[in-house]
Amino acid sequence: MAKYILKRVFYMFITLFLIATATFFLMKTLPGSPISSASKLNPTQLAAVEAKYGLDQPIPVQYGKYMANLAQGDLGNSYQFKGASVTDLILKRLGPSFLLGAQGLILGISIGILLGMIAALRQNTIWDYGSTFIAILGISIPSFVFASFLQYWIAVKWGVLPVALWNDGWKSSILPSIALAMGPLATGARFIRTEMIEVLSSDYITLAKSKGATGFEVAFKHAFRNALIPLVTVMGPLAAGLLTGSLVIEKIFAIPGIGEQFVKAIMVSDFSIIMGTTLFFSVFLVFVILLVDILYGIIDPRIRLSGGNS
Amino acid sequence: MEKILEVKDLQLSFHTFAGEVKAIRGVNFDLLKGETLAIVGESGSGKSVTTKAIMRLLPESSSEFKSGEILFNGKDLTKLTDKEMQKIRGKDISMIFQDPMTSLNPTMTIGRQITEPLLKHQKVGKTEAKKIAVDLLRMVGMPKPELRIKQYPHQFSGGQRQRIVIAIALACNPQILIADEPTTALDVTIQAQILELMKDLQKKIDTSIIFITHDLGVVANVADRVAVMYGGRIVEMGTVDEIFYNPQHPYTWGLLSSMPSLDTAEEKLYAIPGTPPDLLDPPKGDAFALRSEYALAIDMEQAPPVFQVSDTHFASTWLLHPDAPKVEPPLSIIERMKKFPGSRYYEGVRTNG
Repeated sequence: MAKYILKRVFYMFITLFLIATATFFLMKTLPGSPISSASKLNPTQLAAVEAKYGLDQPIPVQYGKYMANLAQGDLGNSYQFKGASVTDLILKRLGPSFLLGAQGLILGISIGILLGMIAALRQNTIWDYGSTFIAILGISIPSFVFASFLQYWIAVKWGVLPVALWNDGWKSSILPSIALAMGPLATGARFIRTEMIEVLSSDYITLAKSKGATGFEVAFKHAFRNALIPLVTVMGPLAAGLLTGSLVIEKIFAIPGIGEQFVKAIMVSDFSIIMGTTLFFSVFLVFVILLVDILYGIIDPRIRLSGGNS
Repeated sequence: MEKILEVKDLQLSFHTFAGEVKAIRGVNFDLLKGETLAIVGESGSGKSVTTKAIMRLLPESSSEFKSGEILFNGKDLTKLTDKEMQKIRGKDISMIFQDPMTSLNPTMTIGRQITEPLLKHQKVGKTEAKKIAVDLLRMVGMPKPELRIKQYPHQFSGGQRQRIVIAIALACNPQILIADEPTTALDVTIQAQILELMKDLQKKIDTSIIFITHDLGVVANVADRVAVMYGGRIVEMGTVDEIFYNPQHPYTWGLLSSMPSLDTAEEKLYAIPGTPPDLLDPPKGDAFALRSEYALAIDMEQAPPVFQVSDTHFASTWLLHPDAPKVEPPLSIIERMKKFPGSRYYEGVRTNG
């Protein structure tokens, strides 16, 4: 197991190196530079500033410098916020994003699993159709539409919760969390329903029934764990995406999270924040995928990575 | 002998998109204490459905008891609530399934799977249940049961898995064990081992077995009595000797003729022509008539009643009616009948008593 994880970590570094390289060169093809957005400078001033930040050097040289710094764990300094280190900026923004993501994920997955279970156990009844309907809504309505809908009714019309911003404590996190939950909710409901229906018709479920197990025991003790694998597969990347901040939802609710900062950075070509955030997302995603692989083995003994039991 | 289970005029239908499938159309049989009753028949004859109906394991949304009763210790199983039925399943009646590769839960240790019915139906604690589980595994011939109890199904071979399934089924010393083609998915050598094991265990814990199979070789090996099912009905029932050496129903003749034997002279194996009846629209007469060379005119009109051949032997074919013409069974069947005292072709010395 330790050997396996070590190998995976090694591959993780290769993946991250490739992602960093690709992002760097793609970013350099973007029109404009952090300084040109300011546009109030005359050509001489511009050249001076570019020279100060090393932007006048050939791209391969800039790339070499960046990678050398990166290898020492230095993500560089932001162009928009004078002198602020990118690492600090990301860490400062992590809190709200992580809170929203975690709340949305837990809420979405639990309700999704519940809906999926109900639908599978009461197949072809009004319960099933109702839960399928909710799942379809969750998949087909874009999150920004749903978010605006929540803002209009719950915040504006009824005035129960704040419309946006991050200044009302935990209350501010409720609406964006609900908006974020729709994705995992729909995915969870769909996957659990399909998988449970298949598992419930398998031979070992009939055997469990023939032992005298109750409907509840059959569903939760015998079937549920076997129905989890496909859900874990899709939930891993989804969780990584949610926990590292949603670009759209954070923008709509004006949440000072990573996603919102990322969008802004792209608008003003703040190269170092773009690079830093992309790498942060990548590290997180690669890590979650490793976690999912380990989780497989815990859920299903047949996929256990290395056996000490032969 | 004491009757432990009585199935009386059982009729059961499935509701499908195509219409009502009359899967069981009036089945009658009883099971005696300690005996092995084999139910034979081709796919779709209703043999599996009959036993799943006894266990009430058919999907309740699509299956329906039309009439009849299943009496177990005086209780009609068709009328019990789900809760009452759960108390009987695994404790008084348990079941072994066809494919051991899929009938164990892949994400649960076999220890937990064996102890589950014990913890459920018997007043034992976890440690006690574990001890019983180890004993059960040893009883079904599993080496090193203390170690293997912590393993998962994928760490066992097919034959071993079927032994585990048998251990689960016998955990609570059931009065009835239903074995639904328990050896069909196994190699021939493993088949023999499993059959020996089942016969052995039956003697040890004194249980009655309903053995479903389409393999007549297996029937001869394990059964005391045989019921031959066709088109949702039992067409002939008798002791093993009566069914093998004095068969009366043309379908039983067909089944026996299509069984290969060591002294079969012909190269070509007999096959019953045609296909099983469509139970969406079952024939009104004898369901086998369309495939039978021996069908009489009345077979197309009216289903035959049950004729008694001996105290233990019943067959439902018009050929047994006193007015029916005397037909000659196939040659291979006559050869069989020559060995059976009481059959009309018996060649041995008749003795009284």
